[in-house]
Amino acid sequence: MPANATQKPWRFDHFFVPLAIFLGLAASLVEAARSPDPLMVAQAWTFGICMAVIGVWYMWMYAGRAPQDEKQQYADAVVKAGVAASMFWGIAGMLVGLIIALQLSFPHWFYFADQAWTNFGRMRPLHTSAVIFAFGGNVLIATSFYVVQRTSRARLFGGSLSWLVFWGYNTFIVLAGTGYLLGISQGREYAEPEWYADLWLTVVWVCYLVTFLGTLMKRKEPHIYVANWFYLAFIVTIAVLHIVNNLAMPVSLLQTKSYSLFSGVQDALTQWWYGHNAVGFFLTAGFLGIMYYFIPKRAERPVYSYRLSIIHFWSLIFIYIWAGPHHLLYTALPEWAQTLGMTFSIMLWMPSWGGMINGLMTLSGAWDKLRTDPVLRMLVVSVAFYGMATFEGPVMSIKTVNALSHYTNWTVGHVHSGALGWVGYVSFGAIYCLVPWLWKRKLYSNALVEWHFWISTLGIVLYITALWVAGIMQGLMWRAYNEFGFLEYAFSESVQAMHPYYIIRALGGLLYLTGTLIMAYNLWKTIRGGVPAAAPATLAAEAV
Amino acid sequence: MNHAWLEKNSIFLLIGIILVIAVGGAVEIAPLFWVGGTVEKVSGMRPYTPLELKGRNIYVREGCYVCHSQQIRTLRDEVERYGHYSLAAESMYDHPFQWGSERTGPDLARVGGKYSDQWHQAHMADPRSVVPESIMPPYKFLFSTPLDYRDVKNMLVANKDVGVPYTADQIAHAKEDLEAQADPNSEALEAFQKRYAKAQSRDFDGNPAVVSEGDALIAYLQMLGTLVDFKTYHAHAPENRR
Repeated sequence: MPANATQKPWRFDHFFVPLAIFLGLAASLVEAARSPDPLMVAQAWTFGICMAVIGVWYMWMYAGRAPQDEKQQYADAVVKAGVAASMFWGIAGMLVGLIIALQLSFPHWFYFADQAWTNFGRMRPLHTSAVIFAFGGNVLIATSFYVVQRTSRARLFGGSLSWLVFWGYNTFIVLAGTGYLLGISQGREYAEPEWYADLWLTVVWVCYLVTFLGTLMKRKEPHIYVANWFYLAFIVTIAVLHIVNNLAMPVSLLQTKSYSLFSGVQDALTQWWYGHNAVGFFLTAGFLGIMYYFIPKRAERPVYSYRLSIIHFWSLIFIYIWAGPHHLLYTALPEWAQTLGMTFSIMLWMPSWGGMINGLMTLSGAWDKLRTDPVLRMLVVSVAFYGMATFEGPVMSIKTVNALSHYTNWTVGHVHSGALGWVGYVSFGAIYCLVPWLWKRKLYSNALVEWHFWISTLGIVLYITALWVAGIMQGLMWRAYNEFGFLEYAFSESVQAMHPYYIIRALGGLLYLTGTLIMAYNLWKTIRGGVPAAAPATLAAEAV
Repeated sequence: MNHAWLEKNSIFLLIGIILVIAVGGAVEIAPLFWVGGTVEKVSGMRPYTPLELKGRNIYVREGCYVCHSQQIRTLRDEVERYGHYSLAAESMYDHPFQWGSERTGPDLARVGGKYSDQWHQAHMADPRSVVPESIMPPYKFLFSTPLDYRDVKNMLVANKDVGVPYTADQIAHAKEDLEAQADPNSEALEAFQKRYAKAQSRDFDGNPAVVSEGDALIAYLQMLGTLVDFKTYHAHAPENRR
């Protein structure tokens, strides 16, 4: 051992992170060598290459030296990486969304008979996973790492463990996404990755929890800031949901295929308990964490009501968990469970709006900034969309409404008003804040933010109005009777009637993607050519 | 309780969150495993044949569930369009369930027997050749891809491990049963049909040279919703009221 190395204190992460990478690499080599399943071999190679690259990167970063970043008060390099990954996956996921929207609009042009991987059934999970888990997940990891450090006045716990979270999570995304195209799926919506990818994600997620909780524990602030309650609820609940919903028996340890532990009706409710709370905790609680940090910070106003944040936090996480059965109304799920699910879904309106009110009212005394600051406007409009989507959701979970709306494109429209309007905008707003703060630059162009805002708003409006009309029309056509008491329309007629709305939807998606590309350009120019911020922010000024 | 206390103790905040989120799942999901009548008592349900199971794997692999539901709701128009509303018992051997959430295409819970094998073959190879309005992707490759069924026995075992009542006999003969179902002239046919009641045996894709993925998928589609004997099922009997 060289003399200078003996003086370095022993660090857990310098042992654990390389071990995790090594075990990952070893497992993929075993699978690649021994598996009779060509799909598993392909996945093993993908995973192995990722592990090897990360391993080399890790050695380059940490072997025999302390990286520059570790000399700063806050671990910001991993946040920067998360921001970059968010933009990459956001564009990729939205592009796939546009492609599959075009497939439904123009099946003659966008399907290829001999290319199984281009089919809608494989591309759709790619779209949903890329936007929810790849884009949304990277936004959540990056912002939570930023926020927890600032609000705790402490560096991230675990040294390089946060890098394992970042790289490990993105490796999971690559494994899942390439798997879908190859035809690997568990057949569970929003939980399509197979057992081995789920196991890897579990390891990564536990590391995430340890990093986050460890940072909270070594905080120098007496109180845990409200944004962190939401992040913590998101991280721990997603862990519970992920593990329970993915319980499965692999055909063999050398094969991709597995069979879920539960079947039929029990499986259905487990899946929608997971599915709806992926919305409730991944796409809501986590992003409310973003709202609670970035809106007060950007508006330079305190959170409107401390009391409201306590009430709506606990009621939101308590009630959300019950809402799953509203995906299964009028099905073979027992009536009592359906009724519970509907009741709690309606109750959910209140804590949701509690969050919306707390976010919007934080603007008290600063409303004029909406005219001059398009980033703040994006954040505030996201909360407005949150309010709209969380009103629409309870309405759709009323059984009589659901009888019409379920199985139609109204649901797709509803999801996208939440996804594009709430999740998308609050993420964009946070990233527009973060990039100048992290890279210590002035944002390249406010005018481009205006363009992004208006183009994507137009996109959202086209998207959701088209699918409202289309979905309600679909539902009405399916239940229409003619004067003789027979069903009026064949199913195929309802498909045909959707055509113009599918085109409008695709156009809406194109506009939204265009906005994101403008954003990427703006951020690139900010980072690369950018103007340094007038006065470099001091650490004291950065802390809340 | 003073909330500030939770705000100062991250571990108790964590424990509080876990307790609060545990309630809903425990009250709603757990009883489904033991409350009587959650799954109706019906006659006719049996585990999937090896060929049907392989077909179902393809259904899952191709993501058919993202556009097709397999769950007929208890609504008049759905029952008239698709047939008797779905029972919980009908998916009791489904790992995972495939009830779906969208009807970009029609429900498939009772598609079995509604169309001929030839129609399915033509429709999957080129959907718009038989349904001009269709926006379904083409699945021509299924008919040129031989079915890989080396692992079918292990698949039955894995299903048995999660609770599907495959017998030792069914597991031991998984491979012969698969071949027998795809070949109406097979000598093993009789034994196969004894092991799986109401199982249909045909050359589903019209190509006797090879057992293709198309064979398996059509075999699966043609049995969907056909097993339960609705003559012996009484929806209004007290034990079936839920």
